[in-house]
This record gives sequence, structure tokens and C-alpha cells, in this order.
Amino acid sequence: MTHAEATHRTSTGLDSRKIGMWTFIGSECLLFGSLISTYLVYHGKSVAGPTTREILNIPLTSISTFVLLMSSLAMVLALAAVTRGDTLWTRVWLATTAALGSVFLGFQVYEFTAFVHEGLTLQVNLFGSTFFVLTGTHGAHVAVGVLWLLSLLVRSFQGKLGPEKALNVELAGLYWHFVDVVWIVIFTVVYLLQ
Amino acid sequence: MSEQPQHHEQAHPGVGTYLTVAGVLTVITLVEVGAFYVPAFQGWLAPVLLTLSATKFVLVVGFFMHLKTDHHLFRVIFAAPLLIAVAVAVALLFLFGVVAL
Amino acid sequence: MRLRSRIWSWVTTTDHKRIGILYGVSAFAFFLVGGLEALIMRLQLASSDNSVVSAETFNELFTMHGTTMVFLAVMPLSAAFFNFVVPLQIGARDVAFPRLNAFSYWVFLLGGLFMNVSFLVGAAPNTGWFGYANLTSSQFSPGLHVDFWAIGLQVLGIASIAAGINFIVTIVNLRAPGMRLMRMPVFTWMTLVTQFIVVTAFPVITAALVFLMFDRTFGTNFYVVAAGGDVLLWQHLFWLFGHPEVYILILPAMGIVSEVIPTFSRKPLFGYAVVVYSGLLIAILGWGVWAHHMFQVGLGPIADSVFAATTMLIAIPTGVKIFNWIATMWGGKLNFTTAMLFSVGFIAMFIIGGLSGVMHSSPPADLQQTDTYFVVAHFHYVLVGGSVLGLFSGIYYWWPKVFGRLLSESIGKWHFWLTMIGANLTFFPMHFVGLLGMPRRVYTYDVALGLDTLNLVVTIGAFAMALGTLVFVGNVCWTWRKGEAATANPWDAAMLEWAIPSPPPVYNFSVIPTVKSRLPLWSEDGYEPKPLPEDPPGPIHLPDGSYWPPVTAVGIIVAATGLLTGSLWVALAGIGMLVVGIYAWALEPFEV
Ligand SMILES: [Cu+2]
Repeated sequence: MTHAEATHRTSTGLDSRKIGMWTFIGSECLLFGSLISTYLVYHGKSVAGPTTREILNIPLTSISTFVLLMSSLAMVLALAAVTRGDTLWTRVWLATTAALGSVFLGFQVYEFTAFVHEGLTLQVNLFGSTFFVLTGTHGAHVAVGVLWLLSLLVRSFQGKLGPEKALNVELAGLYWHFVDVVWIVIFTVVYLLQ
Repeated sequence: MSEQPQHHEQAHPGVGTYLTVAGVLTVITLVEVGAFYVPAFQGWLAPVLLTLSATKFVLVVGFFMHLKTDHHLFRVIFAAPLLIAVAVAVALLFLFGVVAL
Repeated sequence: MRLRSRIWSWVTTTDHKRIGILYGVSAFAFFLVGGLEALIMRLQLASSDNSVVSAETFNELFTMHGTTMVFLAVMPLSAAFFNFVVPLQIGARDVAFPRLNAFSYWVFLLGGLFMNVSFLVGAAPNTGWFGYANLTSSQFSPGLHVDFWAIGLQVLGIASIAAGINFIVTIVNLRAPGMRLMRMPVFTWMTLVTQFIVVTAFPVITAALVFLMFDRTFGTNFYVVAAGGDVLLWQHLFWLFGHPEVYILILPAMGIVSEVIPTFSRKPLFGYAVVVYSGLLIAILGWGVWAHHMFQVGLGPIADSVFAATTMLIAIPTGVKIFNWIATMWGGKLNFTTAMLFSVGFIAMFIIGGLSGVMHSSPPADLQQTDTYFVVAHFHYVLVGGSVLGLFSGIYYWWPKVFGRLLSESIGKWHFWLTMIGANLTFFPMHFVGLLGMPRRVYTYDVALGLDTLNLVVTIGAFAMALGTLVFVGNVCWTWRKGEAATANPWDAAMLEWAIPSPPPVYNFSVIPTVKSRLPLWSEDGYEPKPLPEDPPGPIHLPDGSYWPPVTAVGIIVAATGLLTGSLWVALAGIGMLVVGIYAWALEPFEV
């Protein structure tokens, strides 16, 4: 992250890392596409154990969904701050994004624990298998995002995140928003369309 | 990449836009959850919710990820796999009889 | 240089040319392993009721033969060409992310070794390269066989997706001035299309393999019929990946042929734009045909008709390319070098394989042919007759650029004819063997089937191909010592890689060329190409090596070993190494 690739001429005038990030995101579309398709294909096919209606907690997940949406707002504000060279607000918004992401993860840990107590496990039925693998993969992505944001925060405190490094924040932002967008789909498809 | 900084300026909307988009996202989420609880909506739930969720998707991708104003190359790189993913999902739903014509 | 520092410089290299050579050497070694597996199978099948190997070993052999040839031989051999040739063809000094490139290579190598270590512990994968559920469940496949396969494929997927992203960005973003998209050499175009398929298709099998690993490790129900699961889910996800995968295997070879044929016909490629667009069309249409591998499961008349129609449709852009190559040769000044022979052989063999492919696009015909040697004949015509011949064509074509010496043409001709005759002797009788009812993947057959003679012919053909491959190895050894030194452009070819010395200097181009046409080194319409200066006008900054990519790759393989053995501590150690590797990688000063 420390090298100045921006000095190089490129065919499109765009930074290679940003094109790479978008390509990676495109690739991720197919990963989550497969997971979500599998969830839908197996929807209502469980032969035992709890069903969606008995288990899913809409009020709770609505709040965590809102938290993740707001983290996306904090993320763009962090990018806006770093672009205009505002160190203080860069740190504030990066920390806010990471914190909101952690809150979302906290909700998910709580949700998973509660579900297991209510009898929904990975093994009990198809709903459990598909639900935990889908939302768990998403949660893992959020966790990676939180680590990434915290790393950027550390770089900022080291004085290594000036406006010339705004792209580093933008790349993390693209990843973060994509994870948010995946959750938008999951929230609708898994939680609301029971 | 001498043209980059200038390009950046126009690519990224201001804080006001971000706040407006976040407001709209919040309202849509409220409507979604509300619709879920209104019994009269049950028959229409699927198309309504899918439309609302697609709107949120487009708003985040378009404004927060700057795809609306950014270089068109990014749109191509993102849209092609996304369309494949959606087409595959729809095809699988048909093949497994989850939806039918 | 002392040997240790020389080895070290290869381990830490980020030079796309060296990584290309590493890919080539490793993939060729795996190609020999996969070939050996095929030979043992052919010895077993040389006569009826034979007992060279047991049924269990036979299962391992055909599984590892398929997996090795697809993921460890043909894909990385193509990657060798992507690495060495693409940056040169687009006038770049390296790929977009040189360290990610090294990382891809090391992950591929370690993943390949990981999967083959299974032989040493007596647990080689044994459920076919397609690993159909629920044969792969822990109930029906106890032991580590399937775990080696599933985890190994996940690791290889990481390597492929990383390389895919890298080459897409390289081709999109590092082209020399004037190298517009529609001026790119067709090999570069096919690389771009292939990598698009890689980054979109591999995540699907990643998901399918995650389900499999969860079923086996944590007792989930993805492919468990008793819990309401559907074994067809695996087939759908596998072939959603598997069919695009066949284009990943063939498009690079088509790209090579599209370079070789114009060069040795002294004519520009006929219908350049059509070849490019049909490649793009294949990438899109390739997503809509996967269930033609599943006609036998009974998808119903609508699905059968749709997939039959799309499969017949995709034959059109494929066939178009064949006409383009033939039209390129038509009226050209043909020079049948070994490279050209392999390319022409490619066309002939690919037509046969394509025709038998269209035959089983029709569900009623497919129901007769599926799971017989007819299908084996078909896909070996496209994969050996197509991909492998194409790759050998590329080896003879670019060898002088890579190593500065021309492979022997006279030994090369022996190589070609042995391979060509051997391949036809092997795969043509398989059509009949299959139509006469011999099933695939069965370790022996009854003498009453009356297939002893045909099977013996097949076996003889396989050994003829093996001999051809040995002749190639001999050619390499001979060339290494006595081969004729190559000039910058020994074939008088048109693309940019031939504008620089053979082998190329580390910095590739003394000055980055400006491209004015599709054929930058051929004069046309009053345009005379200007040679590049011999020495760079100023110092050129080149990135140093880095050992973090191999360290990160080792982290992944250690984590995979932890997963395989169920040892949490090993897995955590691997993940720790991975994390350290990534941070050190991101923070080390590395100027591109
Ligand atoms: Cu296919």
C-alpha cells in the first residue's frame, strides 16, 4: 500500500488496483449468487426442525440491517474526509464504520447463538445448513472488512494516510459497500420473503 | 495518470448527496419491514420487496460505490458478472421448480 | 551466481517471464504424471479381465488423470503462455500485479503437490473429476480421498481467480499507446475472455465445494437426500462451472492457433473481428448450456429442449473460428513448420471433436452415448486434439522467444506425427468402443463384449503418444545443447513480442512502442515498422523480488493441511502465516 503506482501511465487512465477491486467484486457476485440460489432452491424443503417463520427475528435483524446501512454512510464520509485531507474526520468515520460493522457482527453472533438454542443448527435441516453457510460467509466478509478498516485506521495514526492515499480508502470502501449490498439482498430474500 | 485527480472530482458526489441517499435507504428499509407486517400486503409481498431491495441495491452501488458517475469500464466489469449471477439464479429456480411459468 | 542465490532469485521472482517458465515447467511435469496415469489405465484395459491394477486403484487413476490434466496440466500450461506472452504482446514491462502473479504460481504449485501427496498416503481422490454427490459423502467415501480432492480444488481456485483478476487488469490497463482493444493480438483477446470466464466460473465451484466440505466435516445436509437435499444441486453447480471450464481449456489454444496460422500463411488473420466477437459470444453463451451434461437425469422436456438448443447454438461461434483459420490459410504462402503442423492438426482434430460434441447436444442421442467411451472419445478429441496440440504449437512457436534457441524442426516433425497418429489411434476407436456399449470408469470388461482388439489398438495409440512426448523431451535436451540460436523474429511474425531480442531483456522493451496497426511488425499500406532502439535511452526501474508471495502461498497450504487433518492448530498456524504474509506484502516497499 505504500508505493505510488499513480505515477505510471495506464491505458485507461485508471488505477489498476481499482479495476482489480471491481473485477474481484464481479467474481464475488457469482459466489454469493451461488449461495443465495442454493438457499432459495432449498427453501421450504426441510423435512425436520424449525422453519423460517418459527426462527427468524425480523425486528432484531431490521436493526442490524439499519446498522450496516449506516456503516456504508460512514464509509463514504470517511472517503470524502480523506480526499479533502481532513485527518481527524477520516479517523472518526473509519472508526465509526468499523464500529458499526462490529455491532453488526455482534448482532449476528447473538442471532446465531439464539437460533442454536432454539434448535436451529447447521445439521438439523436444510434451512439450518443453507442459512448458516450463507449468512456465515457474509459475516466472514464483514469481519475481513472490519480488519481492513482497522488497518487503515492504524495507517492513519502512523501518518501514512494522507489525501494521496485516498485510493486505499476507496478500495476498502468498494469492498465494504459490496458486502452491504449483498446484505440488502439477503435481508429481503432470506428474512422478509419467508 | 495525470487526468486522474480531475476525474476524481466529478466522480464523487458531495456529502449532501450521501446523506440524502442514506435517508432514502432508511425510508425504504422502514417501508420494507412495514410491508412485511401488513397482512393486506401478503399477496404482493414478493414483487414489492424485490423492487424495493433492487432500488436499495442500485442506490448503494450507484452513489456510494460511485458507479453512476465513475468510468464506464467499472460498470461493465460489475454488470456482466452480476447479470450472469442473476440469470443463473433464475434458471436454477426454474430447474428446481421453485418458480414455474 | 552461486546456486543458492540462483534458486532464491527464482523463488522470489516477480518477473512475468520467469513466472511463465515456472508455470510451464511445473505444468509439464504434472502433464507427465497425468499421462502416466493414463498409460497405467490403458495397460489395464489392453485386454479383457485384466488385473494390472485393482478396481480401487483404477478409480484413483481416472480421477487423478482427469483432475491433473484439467487443473494441473492444461490450465497452467495456458497460464505459462499468458504469463510469458501477453505482457510482450501488449507492449508492457510486466503484469499489473507482479507479486500477485508470483502468489498465483506458488499457490498452484503447492495445491498441485498437495493433491498428489494423496497417493503417498494411499488416499488419492477416487470419485471422478466431477465428484458427483452423494458418492462423495462421508458415508460412501470414508477416508481422506475426497477431502484431498475438495480442499485441493479450493486451493487451486484461489490461484486461478487471483491470476484471472491480474490478467484482466493487465490487458485492460497496461496496453502500449495505440494498442486499442481491436488492435490486440487474438491470443491476448482469448486470454482476456478466458480470464473473464475464470473469475466468474470458479466461484460457483467454490460454493459447491464449500457445501461438500461442510457436509463431510460438519454434517450439514446440502447433498443429503434423507434430509430433503437434492444430489442434483451438486451436478448443477459443478456443470455451471464445468462447462465454462471447457472454454477455459480450449480458448487459449484457439488464441495460439490464431497467432501461428497467420504467421506461417504470410497473411493477416481472416475476419479478425469475427474471431474476437465469437470468442466473446462463447464466453456468454457458455453459461447457458451446462445441463447438456445432465440429460440422463431427466430434467423434463422443456429443460432438455432449451439446453439442446443452446448447445447447438454455441457450435456456431466455434465453427466460425474454424472457417476463419481455414480462410486464413487459403491462398497463403504456407510454411509447414512444426508449430504450423500442430496448429493444422488442431483444426482437423477439433472438427472431429466438435462434430461428436454436436451429436450429443441432442438428448435422445446423448442418452445412448452418455457414460460410454463415445463421450471419452469426444472430449479427448477437443482436449488432446484441441488444447494439447494447440499448446504444443505454442511451445514450438514461442520457444525461441523464451529461450533464444529454436527447437529442432526435424525432431519436432517426429514429435508431431507420433502425437497425431497416436492420438487418432487412441481416440478414434473409442467412438466405436463406446457405441458398442463399453461404459466409462469401469476397470475391466468381459471378453464376451468382443472389444479386446479395439481396446488393444487404443492402448497402442496411447503408447505412441507417450513416445511422441518422449521425443519432445529429447528435442528439448538436444536444443538445450545444440539448438540453433534464434534471432529476434525467426518466423518473421507480426506481433510485438517479436520486436525485442530472443530471449527478451528483463525490461522487455527498450522503449515502450507506439502501436499503429493490428500487425505492428508487418509493413502494409505504406506503413513501415521502425525497429526499437537496441538499448534503453535511460535507466529502467524494475521491481525487486519479494518472498512474501511464496510465504503467503505456504500459509494457505498449511491451513489446507490443517483442514484436511482436522488439526485446528495447524490450520491456525497456516492462517497466521497467511495474515502475516498479506500485511508484510502490503507494507513492504515495492515499486512497480
Ligand atoms: Cu458442456
